[in-house]
Amino acid sequence: MKQLFSFKNLKYSACVVALFGVIQLLISLNIFDDYYQITIATICINIILAVSLNLIAGFTGQFSLGHAGFMSIGAYACALITLNINSNYSFFLGIFVGAILSALLGFVIGIPTLRLKGDYLAIATLGMAEIIKIIAQNLEFTGGAAGLSDIPQYTNWVWLFFFTAGTVVVIKNFINSSHGRACVSIREDEIASEVMGINTTKYKVLAFVIGAFFAGIAGALYSTYFYVINPGLFGFLKSVDILVIVVIGGMGSIRGSIIASILLAIVSTYLQDFPEIRMILYSLILVVVMLAREFIKTKKINLDILNIKKYIKTNGAR
Amino acid sequence: MPLLSVKNLTKSFGGLTAVSNANLTLNKGELVGLIGPNGAGKTTVFNLLTGVYVPSSGSIELSVGDNVRKINGLKPYNITRLGISRTFQNIRLFKDLTVLDNVRIAMHQNVKYGLISSFFRLPSYYREEQEVIKKAESLLEIFKLDTKKNELSRNLPYGEQRRLEIARALATNPSLLLLDEPAAGMNPNETAELTDLIDWIRKEFNLTILLIEHDMSLVMKICERLYVLDYGMIIAEGKPEEIKTNKRVIEAYLGEEVPHA
Amino acid sequence: MEQFVQQLINGLSLGSIYALIALGYTMVYGIVKLINFAHGDIFMVGAYVGFVSITYFNMGFFPALLIAMLFCAVLGVVIEKVAYKPLRNASRITALITAIGVSLLLEYVVMFFAKAGVRTYPENVLPNLEMTILGVRITFTQVCIFAVTIALVILLQFIVHKTRVGKAMRAVSMDKDAAQLMGINVNNTISVTFAIGSALAGAAGILVGVYYNSIDPLMGIIPGLKAFVAAVFGGIGIIPGAMIGGFSIGAVETMVSGYGSSLYKDAVAFAILILVLIVKPSGLLGKNTREKV
Repeated sequence: MKQLFSFKNLKYSACVVALFGVIQLLISLNIFDDYYQITIATICINIILAVSLNLIAGFTGQFSLGHAGFMSIGAYACALITLNINSNYSFFLGIFVGAILSALLGFVIGIPTLRLKGDYLAIATLGMAEIIKIIAQNLEFTGGAAGLSDIPQYTNWVWLFFFTAGTVVVIKNFINSSHGRACVSIREDEIASEVMGINTTKYKVLAFVIGAFFAGIAGALYSTYFYVINPGLFGFLKSVDILVIVVIGGMGSIRGSIIASILLAIVSTYLQDFPEIRMILYSLILVVVMLAREFIKTKKINLDILNIKKYIKTNGAR
Repeated sequence: MPLLSVKNLTKSFGGLTAVSNANLTLNKGELVGLIGPNGAGKTTVFNLLTGVYVPSSGSIELSVGDNVRKINGLKPYNITRLGISRTFQNIRLFKDLTVLDNVRIAMHQNVKYGLISSFFRLPSYYREEQEVIKKAESLLEIFKLDTKKNELSRNLPYGEQRRLEIARALATNPSLLLLDEPAAGMNPNETAELTDLIDWIRKEFNLTILLIEHDMSLVMKICERLYVLDYGMIIAEGKPEEIKTNKRVIEAYLGEEVPHA
Repeated sequence: MEQFVQQLINGLSLGSIYALIALGYTMVYGIVKLINFAHGDIFMVGAYVGFVSITYFNMGFFPALLIAMLFCAVLGVVIEKVAYKPLRNASRITALITAIGVSLLLEYVVMFFAKAGVRTYPENVLPNLEMTILGVRITFTQVCIFAVTIALVILLQFIVHKTRVGKAMRAVSMDKDAAQLMGINVNNTISVTFAIGSALAGAAGILVGVYYNSIDPLMGIIPGLKAFVAAVFGGIGIIPGAMIGGFSIGAVETMVSGYGSSLYKDAVAFAILILVLIVKPSGLLGKNTREKV
């Protein structure tokens, strides 16, 4: 128990609470207008999505391109519940049901992962998300292609903060537990993992279930903050967006996912000033960042080689 | 009662029979070698024993406590839990994880705290994690890796990677340890050191060991019994001295490598 | 029965187009193990190049087809050289995201120049003939699509199996390093593969334009994904597999639209994909491989 109140934990908690207080103050003093608040909400929701996808893709090594599918389940479930049940608790009920349904779907989608790897899994998850989208487009009670609107706006900064911080803490705790290490070992070497006594089937599916659970929460927050949803919001592009955050922030780095969520939100805020070429710039940035990352990586190796040469020059050749 | 008894074990891939009708018995506490020319099917035997491959026919029985369990067809992780652990010919560490984590992962099966404890760090989490770390560190100490516990395993020198793999295998708390070419790529000094280490851990951990090895200095020094595999069939079995003079064995090795003592 | 045959004929035309796109996917995946997400957009560019050639330069169908194929071949090679080549040793996910980035770039660059709206191909690119056999309607365009596809596939088979370049392609797809040691210029071989694959997609683009008349900058996404489904269905990396996959997906899709609900036709393609991946991940003609332990 001592570790719980370690200096590092206390320092982190203090910073996080201070951040919460400052932003709450700025909002209540109306210094942060709607525009900023929307950006903050986007950042929070993206953090939840990226961290939960990181658990699946970055830590467990299961390449998923369908995270927006999970998000949509949470969004629709929560929207339908808050629209149809008029009670003080409908918001929590909506979030809870959305997360659970999404986790159930994660279980279903997790099962094919038992046979699929890499690119094939990516395509299969993409296909699942597309199927969900098409179903949502064609069902009556989900509002078809037009989606749902006038969803009560329950989500505010307090709830955004609570769920974002909660997601990060819970997933980080999970990763640093024996169960989390079991997941990571699957990414590292599935066969060795199984031979070391890890039930890889169980942990792969578990990663999908937990990841989907939190993506469901993100979706629920989305629908009750932006009060309009439609199937198009949860398409392939959204899944790519989340994956991009995870990759840019670093696979298997929770801190990276958080930073990348913030960076990307800032970039897209700036890009909004150029509506005509916004997507061109976005895709260019994407390609350039990927190429640059690889360039830096290979450059580093070259630098190492230089060092070895230098080392030989000074120490070897006596 | 033998610890492991393998009867008529056969594995074929399509038309190729990698292991055919192999019979093997290991008694408790024995240190047995499995030798044979390259491609004889030695590693396949290991893969069958650990459940990585499912046997085409035959049976594998392991005594667990006072019971005898049929383990062919079980999943690898179940077999590990029943007490068989192994290393790999081409080192399969969790490369991007620390030395300590490699060992801790192998101890996962003994961890009892549940998911909820891990999400919210309930007291059981702290209690058990501390135990795990303590055990893992003491294991690393035996293998002289405790000073490197926070290094990534990919950064270890080759010989230490081999040692870590054995430490990791021991962390699953096995009764039978399978070592796949533990001395491969080591120089004579390292091999001699490893030979002593294997002998020592066998006594210390009360193990039965089956090892695949090409280095005859190691095999002849510590193995009490040898099985010789050629073309998937066991062609000889006996004490090292007997095997050395066995005509069929010499024939099998001719053109490959002649065992020298 | 008549309706069934009719749907089959329609499915065959649609399937030809999927097959042409799938061939590029399969060849590229076979050689560099990359799901080239931009491939569907090269198909879209082909449709636009065809559109420009026909409406602004008054070209006939075949010259326009050649121009579109040539343009797409060059585009494919440029994309490979600029965006994919530096990532050849990078992680799969980096390469995949780059491919998605290139895909978005193509879509929105075309959108910037050609505007987001739908463009329509002229009506009379191909003679407006049709015939009715036993109540089944076959248009000249459909015959053309089918004929062009078959001709291109025969040409491709010839290149892959009878020429030096083809031999090099097969060698590189089996083992890049070994091929290099045998004196094969791997970079050139990969470029040729991209060129051929992209040219086929370009051809598919102009065929779609002629068949459906309307094109738009985002038209490549769904056919691209479905063509990938087709490639996986037939067994990725296998040329006849891509053909079979393309025709099957085309046929299933028109059947679903014809007999069931056209709203779900896209979902069916993905459902097939997931089913195939679960039942036989290596595809119809693929061989199972196992990891060596």
